Amino acid sequence: MLWYTTKRLIQGIITVWFIATATFWAMHQVPGDPFVGEKAVSPEVEANLKAKWGLDKPPLEQYWIFLTNMGQGDFGISFAQESRSVNDIILERFPVSAILGILAIVFAGLGGVLYGALTALYRNQWPDVLIILLVIIGISVPSFVFASVGQLLLVIINQIVGFTLLPVAGWGDISHMLVPALVLGLGTMAFLTRLMRSSMLEIVSADFIRTARSKGVPAAQVFSRHQLRNAVLPVITVLGPSVASITTGGFVVENIFGIPGLGQSFVLAVQQSDYGVIMGTTVFYGAFLVLMVIIVDLLYAWIDPRVRLE
Amino acid sequence: MSDIGTYSFKRAHVDLDREEISRPSLSYWQDAWMRIRTNRRTLASLCTVVFMVLVAAFGPMLWHFDFDTQDLNQTSKPPWASRAMTVIEPYTPWVDRPAVEQWSNTGAPADIQAVGFPSIEFVRLTWSPVEGATRYTVFRTIVDPEDGPLGLPLGSAIGESANSYEDRIDLEQDRYWYSVEATFSDGSTTSSTVPIDVAAATTLAGAIESQWVESDSTLQPGDTLNTPWHPLGTDYLGRDMLARLMKGAQISLFIGIVAPLLFILLGVVYGSFAGFLGGKTDSILMRFADFVVALPFLLFMILFKLVFGIGAGESGILPMLVALVLLSWPAAARLVRGQILQIREEGYIDASRLLGTKTPRLILRHMIPNTMGVILVTFTFAVPSTIFTEAFLSFIGMGVEPPIPSWGSMCNDGRKTMETTPHELIFPAIFISITVLAFNILGDGLRDALDARMRSTE
Repeated sequence: MLWYTTKRLIQGIITVWFIATATFWAMHQVPGDPFVGEKAVSPEVEANLKAKWGLDKPPLEQYWIFLTNMGQGDFGISFAQESRSVNDIILERFPVSAILGILAIVFAGLGGVLYGALTALYRNQWPDVLIILLVIIGISVPSFVFASVGQLLLVIINQIVGFTLLPVAGWGDISHMLVPALVLGLGTMAFLTRLMRSSMLEIVSADFIRTARSKGVPAAQVFSRHQLRNAVLPVITVLGPSVASITTGGFVVENIFGIPGLGQSFVLAVQQSDYGVIMGTTVFYGAFLVLMVIIVDLLYAWIDPRVRLE
Repeated sequence: MSDIGTYSFKRAHVDLDREEISRPSLSYWQDAWMRIRTNRRTLASLCTVVFMVLVAAFGPMLWHFDFDTQDLNQTSKPPWASRAMTVIEPYTPWVDRPAVEQWSNTGAPADIQAVGFPSIEFVRLTWSPVEGATRYTVFRTIVDPEDGPLGLPLGSAIGESANSYEDRIDLEQDRYWYSVEATFSDGSTTSSTVPIDVAAATTLAGAIESQWVESDSTLQPGDTLNTPWHPLGTDYLGRDMLARLMKGAQISLFIGIVAPLLFILLGVVYGSFAGFLGGKTDSILMRFADFVVALPFLLFMILFKLVFGIGAGESGILPMLVALVLLSWPAAARLVRGQILQIREEGYIDASRLLGTKTPRLILRHMIPNTMGVILVTFTFAVPSTIFTEAFLSFIGMGVEPPIPSWGSMCNDGRKTMETTPHELIFPAIFISITVLAFNILGDGLRDALDARMRSTE
């Protein structure tokens, strides 16, 4: 296990290096520089600023500075918001996105396992048909439509009850988080439900289920101990990639619900051509996703020892 | 033991007919087509996909509206909105304002009514003034104010005996609640409210300018005309929704189909090389694919878009295609490599090699055709997710450039007006959902038909 963990971590570090390199060279190809814009600065000031940020150095040297800074956890500075470091922005914004993402994952995971188990339990009866219908909707409707419709429903509900039951937008306490997190998790929930269903149905015909039944284990116990537990395994493997898709969805949900998360600040940075923030955020997100995948893989290896042997 | 002579045995009758295969053998693709043909869901989704492609290909040619022709007199019209419009006289200033006939005895302006025909061109109000008032302010709102705010203050009429006001501010065909508020010299106010239905109307010149009627039309003031039929309504700039949705289908389906074709092709070439060469080369190639997978997809889509830049007048489709291909190929590469590794060990490959087949021919004739089923299934599933990505990028304004419509950017435009005219959001959302759903079901069906191991357990 220790060897496996070390191996995965080393691979992860190399991957993050690759992401940082790709980001740096991609950003280097972007036409224009931070000094092309509305605010004209005198040549002396421009030269000073370029010297300060190392922009007057040859690309390879800049790349080296960039890498060492990243290695020390310094993600750079914002060109648009004066005297703010990207670390500041990440520290302020990432927790918001993280809370939203965790809630969405919890919704998606719990919902997916529960609904998937229900469909398998009531196979071809009305709960199964209903849930499959909802899954189809969840898979084929984009998250921004869910978010828009969700917001519209909130407005209508608030009008009907006559007071603000749940706020329509903004960020603060748990009441702000519920609907955005639900909306964010819906697509993943649908996907997990489908996965859970097929995994449950596959396991029904497994030998150990037949053995348990023939030993006289009560049906409820077969379901909870043998079927459910084993069926959850594949769901855990896709949790890693799910983190990525939920992060992606977060961009839109944060923008629609006016949530001050990292996704919103990235979209803003792109609109303002704030290269510092774009670079820092990309590398940070990349590293975060790599870490998440490693954690999920380790979790899986810990639960299912067969994985470690490969 | 006595000898058993060979002659004791006689050759039994051999029924040669039994050796014959009684039914014609089916090729892989014939078998697959039979399975698809008997699966109603797959057939239905296939028809939907074909229909969408036809709509995208021929719809914009056949439909007489242009996707970027604006009609600012017809903005945000839902499909169920009335098309009738009354022709009225050209506007002339209101000179013959009525004299005060009666003073209000309720302490608030009374008998508010519209003079003439209240239309979107103008609404002319009169009321009975209140003795002692210094000023009358006219308000307008589209919901019954009851005790709430009176709405938008339009303007004031000064003087105790002022009793008329003309509203020409941005009127639409709707019911408006007009309030007249009298202000007294001590600052106190009283008001009263009436609802007035404002009709759609146009002058003949305006109708000709908007091309609703021919320029030699003989319509007289008081006649009604029908504005052009927009079966799915119009958007916030008065552009025909159906035309935009069909143009959007072109964009979305083009990106949704061409990008997967390209990145799966790249993946197939890359994966089959890695799988066939094996060893060190294989592990280096696949490690690189792992790196590309680890790049945060959406962020790099946006980065690449910045890198390629978009000049004036460009649609932004090409940068998106390139970015999609650069980022999406590894999944197909991994899959094909796995398949090739398996197939490499098959007997027919050894047999073919023994017969002297060269490597390129081995890959092209035996290995790739045998992975075609899996590749086709991957392609079908890649299409909806690419359509999603495109819609998503266009939604956050990082995709196709206006005025070219895409379903995603149309959703984003529609979102801004969803409370009053939800059709602008709902129709593009339905188009995305139906297309994505059809491709997903088609993918399921193809997987059942083409890939025996992946056959779903339903």
